[in-house]
Amino acid sequence: MSAAIHRTGLEALHDGEGQPHVSRALDVERIRLDFPILSERIHGRKLVYLDNAATSQKPRAVIDAIVHYYEHDNANIHRGVHALSVRATEAHDAARETVRRFINAPSARQIVFVRGATEAINLVAQAYGSEHVGAGDEILITAMEHHSDIVPWQILCEQNGARLRVAPIDDSGELRLEEFEKLMGPRTRLVAVAHVSNALGTINPVRRIIEIAHRRSVPVLVDGAQAVPHLPVDVQALDCDFYAFSGHKVYGPTGSGVLYGKTGLLEAMPPYQGGGDMIRSVTFEKTTYNVPPYKFEAGTPDIAGAIGLGAALDYVMALGMDRVAAHGQDLLAYATERVSAIDGVRLIGTAPHRAGVLSFLVGDIHPHDLGTVLDQEGIAIRTGHHCAQPVMERYGVAATARASFAVYNTREEVDALVAGILKAREVLG
Amino acid sequence: MTELNELYQEVILEHSKAPRNFRRPATTNHTAEGYNPLCGDRYTVFLDLEGNAIRDIGFQGAGCAISKASASMMTQLVKGKTKAEAEKLFEGFHRMVTGEAGNGDELGKLAVFAGVRKFPARVKCATLAWHTLQSALDGKQEAVSTE
Repeated sequence: MSAAIHRTGLEALHDGEGQPHVSRALDVERIRLDFPILSERIHGRKLVYLDNAATSQKPRAVIDAIVHYYEHDNANIHRGVHALSVRATEAHDAARETVRRFINAPSARQIVFVRGATEAINLVAQAYGSEHVGAGDEILITAMEHHSDIVPWQILCEQNGARLRVAPIDDSGELRLEEFEKLMGPRTRLVAVAHVSNALGTINPVRRIIEIAHRRSVPVLVDGAQAVPHLPVDVQALDCDFYAFSGHKVYGPTGSGVLYGKTGLLEAMPPYQGGGDMIRSVTFEKTTYNVPPYKFEAGTPDIAGAIGLGAALDYVMALGMDRVAAHGQDLLAYATERVSAIDGVRLIGTAPHRAGVLSFLVGDIHPHDLGTVLDQEGIAIRTGHHCAQPVMERYGVAATARASFAVYNTREEVDALVAGILKAREVLG
Repeated sequence: MTELNELYQEVILEHSKAPRNFRRPATTNHTAEGYNPLCGDRYTVFLDLEGNAIRDIGFQGAGCAISKASASMMTQLVKGKTKAEAEKLFEGFHRMVTGEAGNGDELGKLAVFAGVRKFPARVKCATLAWHTLQSALDGKQEAVSTE
């Protein structure tokens, strides 16, 4: 076993025969040591961080990669002949290759670095949408989308006279697939769907959604922001046309993110922004554009952010995404059981297939008040509408409390959450 | 008293569960809507102004215990006051919950909200109704609505 694997908090990856023990659970106690922030004390209490769907904490490996870059390799990429520029370019390229491996994309040229899932979706809405979505055309999304997978399409619709169609969900928070299929019409030009809902935790059947859309030659964008921290993602197996995710929700730095696209689509799309690095040659008469992904990466990118993201994905891949997923499922099942057993708790989002997120209400207690009481106990959760106001409206609530999990969370922390909820009932009785 | 108990005082919890003036007055000529997009709290404040005097006030909407109790007590305190008196109260209240000024001793009943200053994330909850009141006071006169 290599020292590097040890440092990532992983239990033995291999037995004496060198065969992987895929079924073995994560060594969470060791993983916790990789995250410096977990030793913070909040209001004199041990931090219990359960707001991972908003942003995850960063392992030492990510922080070190960023510091190392600035201390040893910092220079602009794709420009200089000097040693530092070469090193920076190589590190940036290596990060792109790591992302490719993480989602099993055919080529690193299909990996566009962006600021986050939001920018990835805006990029597709503008660069793809401007040429393929016209007056009277339709874009189909679902009722569980995050605002970042609603508003970019509304902007496009406003610009081009297109129409946004919304496939409904049932009371459990599951997509009504037959209704979705009915809404696929002759004018549907694009489908955009969350892989995992940030407010409900629902895992959408994206493979089937993509099959349905492809039967009608409609491309599909998958918003994977909440999926990549919890599920192994293979864009080739999914056959999605675009896949968007944020780095900061999967242990990477804020401001890092990825758009994956099929080569033919990326090549045919016009640029998103103009500037340096996205061009082949510029004259005042005519500018020729660079090839993807550079065509979509105008200006000096967040080089350190991409390198940090690469380190984050290396980290979770070393843990093993199958085991990361299993750990998340175990915690979510345990939390669902413990929290729903509390008198007066109503779960929002009870679909059979969920990941990462437990949304709930406690009697008449407003989530904001609950969040304040939990914070005093050192427990961080999200309270509010989770940037998914249409979901809140669907359930007739203004806000929910949301606990969301990561590789470093434990069943003891779920117990602390339960104790905190009971305390809130006492204080706010 | 812990900071938490100081924030969620009995009076505040009681007002949040049974808010006063939680209605649209029979006659209103100024209304404003207040919304906190962060947490989704949303209130409408209705005024029946006669000149500069607040003859009646009511509110409706939904939000957390702090915002609702604050709205409830605000309506009790400004009813019958002039616009200038209400604004002076808001100013003192704002200074107290943001920790700029003392314990709010001069604010009478509103002093129960002094605990908010230990919770910066909740200042907006405590002041939402007051901002809405200010907006209603500043607003142009609406057609009088009589139910």
